[in-house]
Amino acid sequence: MLAEIFLVARKDLRVERRAKIALGQVAPLALLILMVFAFALDANTSLLERGAGGLYWLAVLYGGTLLIQRSFDVETDDGNMDALRMSAIGMPSLFLGKALALFVQITVLELILGPGILLLYNVGVVDWVLLIAAAIAGTVAFSVCGVLWGAMSAGLRVRATLLPLLLVPVLAPVLLAGSRAFETALGVRAGAGWTWAGLMFVIAAVHTALGLGAFGFLLEEG
Amino acid sequence: MSAVVEFEGVVCVAGSFPVLTGLDLRVDRGEILHVQGENGAGKTSLLRACAGLISVSSGKASVLGFDMRVDRKAPRRHIGLLGHENNLYRDLEVSKHVEFRAASVGARASDTAAALEKVRFPQQLWSVPIGSLSAGQRRKVAIASLLVGRPQLWLLDEPHAALDTESRKNLDAILIEASASGATIIFVSHESPVTKEIASRVITMDGGRITEDSGAG
Repeated sequence: MLAEIFLVARKDLRVERRAKIALGQVAPLALLILMVFAFALDANTSLLERGAGGLYWLAVLYGGTLLIQRSFDVETDDGNMDALRMSAIGMPSLFLGKALALFVQITVLELILGPGILLLYNVGVVDWVLLIAAAIAGTVAFSVCGVLWGAMSAGLRVRATLLPLLLVPVLAPVLLAGSRAFETALGVRAGAGWTWAGLMFVIAAVHTALGLGAFGFLLEEG
Repeated sequence: MSAVVEFEGVVCVAGSFPVLTGLDLRVDRGEILHVQGENGAGKTSLLRACAGLISVSSGKASVLGFDMRVDRKAPRRHIGLLGHENNLYRDLEVSKHVEFRAASVGARASDTAAALEKVRFPQQLWSVPIGSLSAGQRRKVAIASLLVGRPQLWLLDEPHAALDTESRKNLDAILIEASASGATIIFVSHESPVTKEIASRVITMDGGRITEDSGAG
């Protein structure tokens, strides 16, 4: 199973490395969102500092949604979904492989956005361990939710507009928990940062279990 | 002869539209079956039903010994399907794509070179992204991707499309060789003069069922 997971993830990352959508288009766009907020709120620096965590995750949500969309576009393009259905790759492996590739891409996006908020929003990190744990938890949650809901909309003509509509309500708790955990890690708000990070891990675990069970059905009947 | 495909009164429905309407068909091991018929006759649906990509609503259907009404996914790993589309990742390099397809059906990635050579794909293009190839070259990569998995049942929809004369002859030779080594081939084509030389049997479809069978009687 591990070999199949890495096979799928390697393929997705190789496609992405060639296409350069994540680095060439999505990351600059997400950075631009951070910059727009910085310009819009720069008269109120305290508001900018307080909102840094939330604006960071908002940019991740926007960029991540584009990456999830792209991850399924390459499968629906030229009938590749049929080839995947005909392959010997198990559906749980396919789910985890695509989630792993998305995890890597969203992590790269976050590594670019991270210095962005430190620089543009004038905030500093007071708890690196919490910050990294929250970022990992949020990224795992984004990835598994993205693959699960991406598969649900993959075969549909209206998928470009439907995916964000399905995804945003599901990811809203991740967005909230990520913002709260980051606020604690950035020293903006004292609070239960670890509890919020834990909540993201729980959301990720629930969606992983759902994905392992439902992904095959979604792909087959989609 | 052992039956590879055995359909009796098969009905398949796409949405609310019946695409196969009581189809009876037996295809034996090693046969090269040419399916012809007008647009909308059900040819592509027949291939997809054989591949288990559409479910059988009623009738008896068995492919490679697997009951398609019980588990339509079971025979898939032994089947190679080439549809209208080429099933190619346009941003992958040619050799990496064929390697991925090989690994995804449990075949050896080392067979990639042999498969590409067999379809006479120029070696200098093996590291080129598929998106920059011509339509004919892409079709060759699609055929190599199918070849590398050594399927027992080949399901081909207009396999000669976009290929030049030499490549068509080469494809025919590949199909004849595969059939001689025990593979069964079902292909849809509108190009009767080109394909009648290789087909061991021809069926004509209309309205989701077979109206003419050169092997009948």
